[in-house]
Amino acid sequence: MSLNALELHDGALRVNEILAKWYDEESLSNYGAYISFIGTVRSEDGIDGLSFDIYEPILNSWFSNWQEKAKEMGAVVKMAHSRGDVLLHESSYIAAVFSPKRRIALEMIDEFVEDFKASAPIWKYDMKDGKRLYAQDRSTAINGAGLLAAQHKD
Amino acid sequence: MIKVEFLGPIQKDAIELEATTLQEVANALQSDDVAAEWLKSCAVAVNDTLVATLETPLKDGDKVSLLPPVCGG
Repeated sequence: MSLNALELHDGALRVNEILAKWYDEESLSNYGAYISFIGTVRSEDGIDGLSFDIYEPILNSWFSNWQEKAKEMGAVVKMAHSRGDVLLHESSYIAAVFSPKRRIALEMIDEFVEDFKASAPIWKYDMKDGKRLYAQDRSTAINGAGLLAAQHKD
Repeated sequence: MIKVEFLGPIQKDAIELEATTLQEVANALQSDDVAAEWLKSCAVAVNDTLVATLETPLKDGDKVSLLPPVCGG
């Protein structure tokens, strides 16, 4: 398991450096495909940027599971994410899959990014008018949510 | 004692409770004004592993975490 396959950075990601570093790391690994996804903060609804909280222990175990899953397919996943504030047109998220042939990487990047959105313990806030507002309406409850709302049993 | 921590946007400091199962934690949090609002949408972890049943046993020093809806990227 690659120790630096999951990177967390304070503030915006340096996209060119990260993509180039990952390329160099795997350039002699005999992968035929390198598929990347780069998430960029868009200007919408008058926001000045986005801000993120991350809970690292569970993010690490979630990512480790994905590394194992990728390994079974002969592939490698890598991911970088921002902590704290990221301004408009900057990047807060990069994911990538390397695989021997294109089909696995193309399918895995889709599945990985979707599962990331639904499960990774990261919370997003809009930065607007000097406030940091939880993006509740764009957030997804983690699978199994609501356990503690169950009624009392005698 | 076990520790309950509230992650991300939940505006509440960690608390300590006497509890031997998650059901007891649920009972305590349902009567807490701030926590109760979040219970329906939160996933739960014990010692950083997500759990799926209220029968999960707890022991002294365990950490229970509430994870509200997420949105990375």
